[in-house]
Amino acid sequence: MPSSNEILLTIVLCGVVTWLSRVIPFVLLKYVKLSKGVIEFLSFVPIVIMTTLWFSNLFTVNTGHLPTLNLAYAIATLPTFLVAVITKNLLAIVAIGIVSLAVLRAMGMA
Amino acid sequence: MNEILDAKTGLKEALPTVFGYIGIGIAFGVIGHASGFSTLMVVLMSVIIYAGSAQFTTVSMLAAANPIASIVLATFLVNSRMILMSTTIAPFFKKDSTVKNVTIGTLLTDESFALGMNKLNYTKSKLSFSWFNAVNLVAYLTWIFATLIGAGLGNFVSDPKQLGLDFAIVAMFMGLLYLQVISDHSLKLTLQLTVVALTIVLTFISMIILPKNLVIIVVTLVGCGLGVVLKNAFFK
Repeated sequence: MPSSNEILLTIVLCGVVTWLSRVIPFVLLKYVKLSKGVIEFLSFVPIVIMTTLWFSNLFTVNTGHLPTLNLAYAIATLPTFLVAVITKNLLAIVAIGIVSLAVLRAMGMA
Repeated sequence: MNEILDAKTGLKEALPTVFGYIGIGIAFGVIGHASGFSTLMVVLMSVIIYAGSAQFTTVSMLAAANPIASIVLATFLVNSRMILMSTTIAPFFKKDSTVKNVTIGTLLTDESFALGMNKLNYTKSKLSFSWFNAVNLVAYLTWIFATLIGAGLGNFVSDPKQLGLDFAIVAMFMGLLYLQVISDHSLKLTLQLTVVALTIVLTFISMIILPKNLVIIVVTLVGCGLGVVLKNAFFK
């Protein structure tokens, strides 16, 4: 375990690089106009990033080998998706997701 | 979700994201504590780094006494997707002051980004500082609070997963993706579905061949590039 000072320094530096990633585009884009090509590229960011954040969360990564599927997550996705289609309500989707997984675990899955 | 862009609506519409933050925040607090960090340090990570699941990377690398430079680099790589999200969101705040832009950027998260993208479908493609800032603040405060609870709980709970809260984030991104695909009419539905399918394949392959920290950023860059190519080749 590193010393408190080393930990603190690491936290601050990690915070700075993360903050810069978030803030620099906001500052730059006040002065720079994006080209049409870049805007077209960025129009795909929402669905691509949401797909990746969802799908990669269903697995555990083992680089060099097949990722391990989290079976309980995969099964819980089904009722959750059904609720999404029926209600189109994010709160209901999240609530049913949590309940589905809790029920699966209570039944001894996962 | 509706067309109103005031702070109160922001607070209300941020509610579904809260469960995700609580689930992961508590898990982070518990794991940080279990890895041997003091409550203060664990909470400071959430206050200063504020990077959601990327903080797990930071904690495990710190606990394993990796060199500071490689920890910082790994954190940057995991969070470099923020550059793309900020670049996508920033044009909607072009008319606002630099201070407001920096404020929105500072507290931007995957969740508030996704929520904002969904909101655009209801507001004729407009966002407001008060709505977005309210969403961001709910996220930030919940995250810190959940971390604190988790670090405190660390002594009592060994498995925060029992409640099913860890699935909140997975359910939320799936839900936001679904809502985005059915309500965003700026891209054709068939094109969106094709890109989603390709992204799933790309993510799966990347999980095999790439280090974990690189999966999201590489898939996002390649996936968006493929989207542009497909759009121009088949969906004009």
